[in-house]
Amino acid sequence: MLRDITLGQYYQTDSVIHKLDPRVKLIATVCFIISLFIVKSWVGYVIAAIFLAVSIRLSRVPFKYMVKGMKAIVFILLITVVFNLFLTPGEALVSVWKIRITKEGLQMAVTMAVRLSFLIVGSSIMTLTTTPNSLTDAMEKLMKPLKVFRVPVHEVAMMMSIALRFIPILLEETDKIMKAQIARGADFESGNLIKKAKAMVPLLVPLFISAFRRANDLAMAMEARCYRGGEHRTKMKPLKYAGRDRIAYGVLAAYFAGCIAIGICL
Amino acid sequence: MGIIRTERLVFEYIRRDEEGNVEGITRAVDEVDLDVRQGEFIAILGHNGSGKSTLAKHINAILYPTEGSVWVDGMNTKDDKDLWNIRQEAGMVFQNPDNQIIGQVVEEDVGFGPENMGVPTEEIWERVEESLKAVGMYQYRKFSPNKLSGGQKQRVSIAGVIAMHPKCIILDEPTAMLDPNGRREVVRAVRALNDVEGITVLLITHYMEEIIHADKVFVMDKGKIAMQGTPREIFSQVERLKQLRLDVPQVTLLAHELQKSGIGLPAGILTVEELTQALETVQKYRP
Repeated sequence: MLRDITLGQYYQTDSVIHKLDPRVKLIATVCFIISLFIVKSWVGYVIAAIFLAVSIRLSRVPFKYMVKGMKAIVFILLITVVFNLFLTPGEALVSVWKIRITKEGLQMAVTMAVRLSFLIVGSSIMTLTTTPNSLTDAMEKLMKPLKVFRVPVHEVAMMMSIALRFIPILLEETDKIMKAQIARGADFESGNLIKKAKAMVPLLVPLFISAFRRANDLAMAMEARCYRGGEHRTKMKPLKYAGRDRIAYGVLAAYFAGCIAIGICL
Repeated sequence: MGIIRTERLVFEYIRRDEEGNVEGITRAVDEVDLDVRQGEFIAILGHNGSGKSTLAKHINAILYPTEGSVWVDGMNTKDDKDLWNIRQEAGMVFQNPDNQIIGQVVEEDVGFGPENMGVPTEEIWERVEESLKAVGMYQYRKFSPNKLSGGQKQRVSIAGVIAMHPKCIILDEPTAMLDPNGRREVVRAVRALNDVEGITVLLITHYMEEIIHADKVFVMDKGKIAMQGTPREIFSQVERLKQLRLDVPQVTLLAHELQKSGIGLPAGILTVEELTQALETVQKYRP
């Protein structure tokens, strides 16, 4: 049952966006998120919407698939909208008993809703079109300057990719331990939240022990294969910018500059 | 001098109690002398706790001898400056395939060793291709290791070691966690490496069937080498093997029992074909 969980939500198509260098996508996502908070007028949001729509179209990921990922945050979105709608002081539009909806509140609520949903769709384009592995690679490369401040960039990236590799293995193991415990009469299903949490203890202890044992084995196997940290290391799949990446950077720069201009002027 | 040589190798585990006081000392490897020549297929047998895995870890410089020395291709494992050369020349494959695959894609895992050694990118790809072909896993290069069977995963691990271009490979019970099919796959791949590529193989196992093709067999017991010789020499001493708590292949056992009940069979029969042939000869000359 636990094996059904898919990690990351990579959606395989053969689009231009998929082929872009992961660094471009990472930077673009960050810029897009910032741009959403710079612009304050509807013109800016229209431009952001166009940018987003074009990216979605180019990625060839079905829009329905993208919206499916939004379901999880509908609740957060609703709370934000409701709070902004009823609790912003200002000029009243509708007023029933103690509840009043103000003009500013309405404006604020709509802005927040647009911002949040754009933010989530925007970042999901990145996760849908980039494998977790190339994302780690991109992060390693982009964070390299931090090495000056003694941030262990390579080590962190290596840990992330090993963690990603072991998630399915540990899930499978959890499943196995769970079945073994159920066979001996353990009950993970019934009872209230506290009881359920307590039932997890006999699951977690063996899982942790086995994870440590695996980590120990893996470290030995890595050493046996000459692993000695990031120095002297070459890459089998080095990240290289191609022509399309430069074009993408150009488009991104134009968009970002436009957003800043709109944010200042309007 | 051979490619792998040990001289009076001793390794002791020190057991400590909670305060760190020495509780006792276990001699895992006890004065082992080993001399392996380039291109040989060596098998090391022994039941659990006989010290065979500890011995293997010395050859890859994961463990250092308490007494005595280990040389790999003329390099002493105690020399820190040769450490990475030793690990490159003596590749090691471990028991659990899941715990030694690092990459999320088969080809990336095979490339891990060369990456660590600083091999240029184009050459890494060449090495990955040739090593995956050598173990017959090339068509799976884009697969996630989680989608492979145990035998396939273990072959990927072997490819990962070959990609480092080692002179010898030490396999520490590579088949212990596999089903019979996976075991056959792995043993076939290992034999091909030895025959075709001429890589020295040190196979550690407790499955007797896997050592029939070895050039030389060492049997370990309580840290010492208890028996050594060709597979035929070893298998002709059924009683001694039983004493060392090792299982003899069924054919050999059957031949041994027939021999004991008075049928004139030669000692050390290893395969079914040999037994049928020997029986036919016996029948032909029966008075």
